Amino acid sequence: MTRRFETREARSDTGAADRRAVVFARRDGNGEVRSGNGEREQAVVPRAEFQSYYGRPVLKPPVWEWKIPAYLFTGGLSAGAAVLAAGADLTGLPALRRAGRVGALGALAASMYLLVADLGRPERFLHMLRVAKPTSPMSMGTWLLVAYGPGAGLAGVAELLPGRLPRRVARPAGLSAAVIAPGVASYTAVLLSHTAVPAWREAHRQLPFVFTGSAAASGGGFGMVFAPVAQAAAARRLGVLGAAAEVVASRLVERRLGLVGEAYTTGRAHRLRTWAERLTIAGAVGALTVARRGRVGAVASGVALLAGSVLQRFGVFEAGVESTRDPKYTVVPQRERLSRASGKSSDTVFKLAF
Amino acid sequence: MTGADDPATAAGHVDHPERVGFFTDTSVCIGCKACEVACKEWNDVPDDGFNLLGMSFDNTGMLGANSWRHVAFVEQPRRLGGQDPGVAGLPTGSSGTAEVAQTVSSGLREQPRAGGELGTSPVDLGFPSFELPGAEGRDEFRWLMASDVCKHCTHAGCLDVCPTGALFRTEFGSVVVQSDICNGCGYCVSACPYGVIDRREDDGRAWKCTLCYDRLGDGLEPACAKACPTDSIQFGPLDELRERARERVAQLHSAGVDEARLYGADPDDGVGGDGAFFLLLDEPEVYGLPPDPVVPTRDAGSMWRHAAVAAGAFLVAAASAFVGRGRG
Repeated sequence: MTRRFETREARSDTGAADRRAVVFARRDGNGEVRSGNGEREQAVVPRAEFQSYYGRPVLKPPVWEWKIPAYLFTGGLSAGAAVLAAGADLTGLPALRRAGRVGALGALAASMYLLVADLGRPERFLHMLRVAKPTSPMSMGTWLLVAYGPGAGLAGVAELLPGRLPRRVARPAGLSAAVIAPGVASYTAVLLSHTAVPAWREAHRQLPFVFTGSAAASGGGFGMVFAPVAQAAAARRLGVLGAAAEVVASRLVERRLGLVGEAYTTGRAHRLRTWAERLTIAGAVGALTVARRGRVGAVASGVALLAGSVLQRFGVFEAGVESTRDPKYTVVPQRERLSRASGKSSDTVFKLAF
Repeated sequence: MTGADDPATAAGHVDHPERVGFFTDTSVCIGCKACEVACKEWNDVPDDGFNLLGMSFDNTGMLGANSWRHVAFVEQPRRLGGQDPGVAGLPTGSSGTAEVAQTVSSGLREQPRAGGELGTSPVDLGFPSFELPGAEGRDEFRWLMASDVCKHCTHAGCLDVCPTGALFRTEFGSVVVQSDICNGCGYCVSACPYGVIDRREDDGRAWKCTLCYDRLGDGLEPACAKACPTDSIQFGPLDELRERARERVAQLHSAGVDEARLYGADPDDGVGGDGAFFLLLDEPEVYGLPPDPVVPTRDAGSMWRHAAVAAGAFLVAAASAFVGRGRG
C-alpha cells in the first residue's frame, strides 16, 4: 500500500527545459546521425587489462585491523579446545579435559576482548544484542557466542575452582559448549564471505573448511602442548585431521578462484599462507611422530600447529584486504560475468589481464 | 508494485509514501560540485581533508564517511556527440593524460588503504607540482562528469549485514544509519558492493548519504537535487524517474550519443536495482563504479550450507579422534 510522495514545494526541476538538454549531433547528407568523430561508436582502442577511475579502488578496504584475524584464531582455538575437553570428559582423560576447558575459556575471553576492542564505539557493544538478524552473519555470530559463552565459561571456571558443585555443572556446561563449538568454528568463514570483498566472497565454498580445519588443528595443537603425552592421543589425531583439511581446502582456494586467486598467491598474503602451510604440515608430521614419544616433541609440534593456524587467519584476512585495494579484482571478474551473460567472448577484452 | 521493487513494504512499512530516489543524468553535469557543498552544509558533514589529488578537477576522490556526494571528472580524447571540443591549436591540451592517471594511481597504491580513505580522511599524493606530467596537445576531447551518491539499493548489503539494526529501511525506500545506535563494527563498509559507506575515524561510527531523510519527512527534496543548477541530479518517485531516464537515453541515442546508457535502473540486477541510478556516457568502471555489483546476501544460502557441512565435518573429526584407535 503506497501513497504519493507529498511535497511542500514544487521540485526544483519542475518545468525545467535543461532536463532535456541538447547534445549537438552532426548529420551527414543522408540524414544519418553520426557521433562526434564521424564514425559509428565502437571500441577505438582494444582495452589493455581493464578500465578504472585513476586506478582508485572501487570498494572500501575493510576497516578491521589485526584484532579481527586474531579473533578468527582465538575463536577457532576456543571451539577446538572445547570439543577436545568434552571428548576427554566423556572418555575419562582428566588432564586433557582440564587443559581443553581452561584453554577454551581463555581463548573465549581473548575473543571477547578482541571483538569489543575492534568496534568504533566499544562502549556500545551491547547494541549487538538489540536484534537477531539472519541476514547478518555478525548478528548470528553474536548469538552463537551468547549460546556458547556460558557453557565454555562455566566449564572453564569449574576447572579453576575447588569443590563439588563446580564439577556437577561442569559436564553439562562443557557438553553444551561442545555442541555449539562447530558453529563457532565455521561461522567466521561466512562472516568474511558475506561481503563484497572479492577474495573472501569468491572463496565462500572453501573458507569454511579452511577455518574449521584451522580450528581443529589449533585445538589439537593446544592439547598437545598442555596435556601429558599419554592423554593427548585424541589431541594429536584432531590436530592431524584439522591440518589435513586446512591444507587441502587452502590449496583449493588458490586454484579455484581464477583471477581473484591471485590475491592469495601474491604478496604478503602469500608469504603468510606459505608459512602457515609449512608450519601446519610440520606440526601434523610431528603429531604423527615425535609428539607420541616425548613432551618436547609434543610441545614443538603443538606450537607449530598453533602458529600455522594464526598465520592462516592473517593470510586469508590479508588476501581479502588486498583484493579491495586493487580495482582489478572488482572490475575484471564482474566484466567477465557480464560478458558471459551476454554470450560474448571476453578473450579480446581481458587477454592482457590474465 | 512487486515486493522486490518496493523495499519499504518488504521492510514492514504500511501506508507508506511511494519509493523516491535520484536519477543522475551525467550528460548535463557541469562539475560545479554544488551538490557536494549543499550536502555538506545541510547534513553538517565534516571535511574530508583539503587535498589536491591530480584527478582532473576531482579533489574529493571517492564517496566516504565525510563525502556523501562525489563529483567524478574524466577527461577523454574523444568527442561528445557532435560537439567541437575547441582545444585544437591550443598550446597545451587537457591535464587529464595517461601519465597523470598513472602518477595518481601509483600514488594511491602507497596510501594505507590504497585510496579507500578518499572521501573520509586526508590523502597526500604529492600534488600540486608546477609541471604536470605529460601535458600535451590534443584535438579530440570530452569531459565526463558525474555526481556519485549512495545507491539506496533495493537489496542493500550494508543494511543486510548490520548487526545492531542501526541501518534501517525508511518509509521512502531509502537506507539510513541511525547514529545513536551504530557501534562502529565496520561490517557495512565491507558489505557495500559500491564502496560507499565508511567509518569516520575520529568518531568511530559509519556514515553515508541519508537521501536527506529529514527533508523528505518535511516534504522537501534532498539538498543536492535542490542545489543542482542543471538538473543533472533529479529527485522524485522512482517509477517516474525511470520512465524519464528511458526517454532521455532515447533522445541522446537519436542525437548520435550512442554510448549513453543507464546504470542501476534495472530491477533485475545484482542489487535489485538502485534507488539512485545514473545515465552514463561510458562503462561504469570509468567512473569508478562496479560494472556488475551483487549484494552479498544473494549467495548467503550457499555460504551457510558450506559452513554447516564444515561444522559437521569438524564435529565428526573431533568424535573420531576419540573413538579412533583407543588411547594410544
